[in-house]
Amino acid sequence: MKRKLLGLLGFGTGLFVGSVLYRRSTERRRERVDVYFDDGSMVSFVDGSPEAEKLLAAARDALGAVHR
Amino acid sequence: MDAAQALADLTEISSQIEAAVLFDREGAVQGSTLADGVAARALATAAGTLLEGAAGFRAGGGELRQLEASTREGSVFVVCDGARRIAAITGPDPTAGLVFYDLKSCLRGAAADEPKPRRRRRAPLESGGETSDVEA
Repeated sequence: MKRKLLGLLGFGTGLFVGSVLYRRSTERRRERVDVYFDDGSMVSFVDGSPEAEKLLAAARDALGAVHR
Repeated sequence: MDAAQALADLTEISSQIEAAVLFDREGAVQGSTLADGVAARALATAAGTLLEGAAGFRAGGGELRQLEASTREGSVFVVCDGARRIAAITGPDPTAGLVFYDLKSCLRGAAADEPKPRRRRRAPLESGGETSDVEA
């Protein structure tokens, strides 16, 4: 019984850690634009928003200019 | 320090930066780490478009100071300081804080070369301890 409980606990912990790591890695890979202003404020436009689409297109042009 | 030296120092300090270009408000290239002038101009133009677009989405009254655009292929960083701008390209998942710091240092280094306005220094008068303004 005790062994079964420990096994379940281990499985649950592994599942939790795995999901956190997966979420972190996908979040980091998500395309976005972070804009910082001199008053200390910051706006982040994530992939899928109309603002991000426009800005990411310009970013891809910049990357393309160097990588071509 | 001139723009070329500031950019050389930048690429030496930061292993994350693949390419960088110094340009002004009008998009004129002041210096670049790219050997190809056309690519440097294209990077400056795209960075200018990025700045212009981002400034258009400004919610408050603050001036745009810097931005990072992250894509799967790499990131684009742009930093402004008055009329001077610097744009840089990195690979995916760079250490943004370090890149911004290095770019600001490069902008300051390049600015140190620009002629400064003449300063007026104060020289003591011959009669007593009073001072007067003289041209330096």
